[in-house]
Amino acid sequence: MELLVSDAQFDSGSRWLLFHAVAVFAFLYLPIAVLILYSFNGEGVGGFPPHHLTLDWYRLLFADAPIWDSVLNSLQVAFAAMVISLTFGVPAALALERAQFPGKALFRRLVLLPLILPGIITGLSLLMLFNVTGTELSLMTIILGHGTALISVATTEVFAGLQKLDRAQEEASLDLGANYWQTFWRITVPNLKLPIIGAALLIFTLSMDEIAVSFFLIGRDNTLPLEIWGRLRRGITPEINAVSTIIFLFSLIAIVFWYRLRMRSERTTDAGAEIVAVVEGDPA
Amino acid sequence: MFSRAYKAAVTLPPLIWVTAFLLMPYLLMFCYSFWSVSAAQTIEHSWNLSNYGQLLRVDVYWQTLLRSMWIAARVTIFSLLLGYPLAYFLSFYAGRKKDLLYQLVIIPLWVSYLVRAYAWKTILGSDGVLNTLLQYVRLTKHPLEFLLYSPFAVVLTLTHIYTPFAFLPIYAALEHIPRNLVEASHDLGATPGQTFWKVIFPLSIPGVVAGATFAFVLSLGDFLAPLLLGGPSGIMISNIVVSLFGAAYNWPLGAAISFCMLLLVVSLLFFSERLEKKWSFS
Amino acid sequence: MTTTSEISMSLAGDGLSRATLLSIRNVAKRFGKNVVLRDISLEVAEGEFLTILGESGSGKTTLLRIIAGFETASAGEVWMGEERLDREPPYRRRVNTVFQHYALFPHLTVEQNVAYGLRVAKRPEAEVISRVSEALEKVKMSAHAKSKPSKISGGQQQRVALARALVNRPRLLLLDEPLSALDANLRRQMQVELKSLQREVGISFIFVTHDQEEAMVMSDRIALLRSGELEQVATPREIYGRPATAYAAQFIGHTNLLKAEVRAGVVRCGTLTWSAALPDGPALFSLRPENLRLVDGSGPTAGNALVRGKVRHRAFHGATELIRVECADGLVLVVRTPGSGGLLDDVELEFSPADAILVRESPERI
Repeated sequence: MELLVSDAQFDSGSRWLLFHAVAVFAFLYLPIAVLILYSFNGEGVGGFPPHHLTLDWYRLLFADAPIWDSVLNSLQVAFAAMVISLTFGVPAALALERAQFPGKALFRRLVLLPLILPGIITGLSLLMLFNVTGTELSLMTIILGHGTALISVATTEVFAGLQKLDRAQEEASLDLGANYWQTFWRITVPNLKLPIIGAALLIFTLSMDEIAVSFFLIGRDNTLPLEIWGRLRRGITPEINAVSTIIFLFSLIAIVFWYRLRMRSERTTDAGAEIVAVVEGDPA
Repeated sequence: MFSRAYKAAVTLPPLIWVTAFLLMPYLLMFCYSFWSVSAAQTIEHSWNLSNYGQLLRVDVYWQTLLRSMWIAARVTIFSLLLGYPLAYFLSFYAGRKKDLLYQLVIIPLWVSYLVRAYAWKTILGSDGVLNTLLQYVRLTKHPLEFLLYSPFAVVLTLTHIYTPFAFLPIYAALEHIPRNLVEASHDLGATPGQTFWKVIFPLSIPGVVAGATFAFVLSLGDFLAPLLLGGPSGIMISNIVVSLFGAAYNWPLGAAISFCMLLLVVSLLFFSERLEKKWSFS
Repeated sequence: MTTTSEISMSLAGDGLSRATLLSIRNVAKRFGKNVVLRDISLEVAEGEFLTILGESGSGKTTLLRIIAGFETASAGEVWMGEERLDREPPYRRRVNTVFQHYALFPHLTVEQNVAYGLRVAKRPEAEVISRVSEALEKVKMSAHAKSKPSKISGGQQQRVALARALVNRPRLLLLDEPLSALDANLRRQMQVELKSLQREVGISFIFVTHDQEEAMVMSDRIALLRSGELEQVATPREIYGRPATAYAAQFIGHTNLLKAEVRAGVVRCGTLTWSAALPDGPALFSLRPENLRLVDGSGPTAGNALVRGKVRHRAFHGATELIRVECADGLVLVVRTPGSGGLLDDVELEFSPADAILVRESPERI
């Protein structure tokens, strides 16, 4: 491939592109770096250069009961939302790929809309529903909001996985005497393991971070982002940097976990293909 | 090969759920937009168009909407200007580092929206990191006040947040371009520049449209960045909706604005879908 | 070619005399406006090796999928003995399939793949184990029992797919171009193995292929499908020796198609004439290249048709040579000769009128 030049052979155009790429990465990562750096700053969130590096803000954070309550709430919400989204999102993907029914196009658009719709519209419309039905706002209403909005994530991920799935796999299972239910659990789900785990991780992380929908559906108990939001309105201290740094670390762990999972599965299939090629004497 | 029972079993539960928790709420929002609030602060279920009339009559509503669209448009343009060359670089020049760099663009997406908006607040404030740095190196004597609580801060923060969103579909579109097309173009005598404008860019347009739609729609509806960083001049349409549902207590008017936004978003999606189809040849 | 002839000969009358296992009655299939199969009726005998032969798009895979239960016929019925099959879901049919690309479950080992059908049927574990190892033994795959499908070669995957289907003791095995992914040598080897396996287990096979040579080598009978209709159903020997249509004659082996006119018992095709007891009118004949003979020093045989021509092209095929001879009136004939070389440019050809087979025209269909 002519265009895949090595670093030594960059022409002027690609040098400009490289410079641009470095600048964009700096733009994307600098705020995060600043955030982490100032979580160790003894003198508050601003001020250059940082002074008196300290772990005090973390100590303060670990003793901060309302934050930890909100973390627990967020974990509950994220877990429940994940269960709801997968319970309805996986069948929705199957329905979109395999069934024909009147209103299918509308159904598809409706399911996927929250993916791109600003959270405020989803949040407010649900607020009106709960208001009309007399449902008291609580963590439960947030769970319903997240669960519903994030069905879109489960459906897109699983739908993409289904399109890669060889239909003959399921046919072979039916052919061998397994009914639809057995086929679903023994063949369909194991083959979609990766998209389902990916969707679950993504839903969990998105729900942990979600604020626009929660903003309108919140009852007495805060989620973590809303707790942080409340504090931001009251004035900022590096304690918020500290909690943000910890959130960042956990997001990073989730990504690395997901990435390794995917790499492992891809590598094994690649290795398999290589071995087949060797055995069959295929030059490719 | 799938029986009727199978299809019903996978279709009905999500269909019922989505009807109850997405379709019904949207319809309810539509209904609300025709109701009104009485003097005693109760919702009156009388049907009229007065809310929509008010939207057209009162300047602040449509002016704010226009300003929101202008902010969203700037965010979109900057996200594309940052995202496209980056995607092009990764797809065509990054070689074996491609996957790693791709992951590096994705990582900020997993970092909390609130955390990133907050980070910009600590950077842009009058005694924030940037101002104190500038004074420290003696470039300025006094803090630059326009940095925070301005449309600039909102555009900057939203650009930071939505650049990866713009990047993703563009990168996917570039990755799908068969490399032998590029070789064929060179073979036929086109320079790298000509090849880019005549072959690569046209084939990446669906990705650009998708990326632009993401950036525009999501920043248009944002209300947290303006609240946190916008100040009075950075107010966006969603902030008005928030106040109508809060202190101002006029849900029906808020519902009317929300419904207009919903219509705007849906028609934009429709439009961009048409555009993507027109420019995809596979 | 000797083995082929022997097999087809020994089974020629045999396959048809057995009891009917599967009966396909007036099956049709449409996808929207697109008609894929029309009015297919076909019977498969117990223990028979039937091949459905056709080009891609002829509907052969659709017919197989209707039998397996993955597609529903738009019209018609499928019966197995006294049981109506086409209304049962795939998993209640005593029919198993070997898929084109095997469709082995990638997340299960070879052993687990083979055990799948028995496990979902909740057979006792001891029985599962013994039947699986027996089946793997039969296809010589015991050594790879613990491997994942991605770790074994294409030929081995093929055997596992076969074991996975046969272990359930189906009454009928469907094979959808199972050899198409293998390279030529392995393919020929698997043809022989598959055929002897079928004789050993005694199960009826319906084998789908687009490869006419493969069909000839393996089948008791061939059902030739073209554009969704059956062109001819017969033993390989019969379909080769007495093709019913121009399409059948051309699709299976090489042939010369002679467009002729019959008048008063004399067939006339350009300068070529021979006698045949046929009614007057236009007629189409198939004449195999090996039935044409170069007239040598000993002169033509009495009663044979004769024609002169020039050799235009010759292609070496090992034991034989195919030469194209252009006759005076522009008619081009393909002739199979023992590869001798050193032929003159001008040749005289003869054939016995009995070898010119009257065939139906195959009208264009979409």
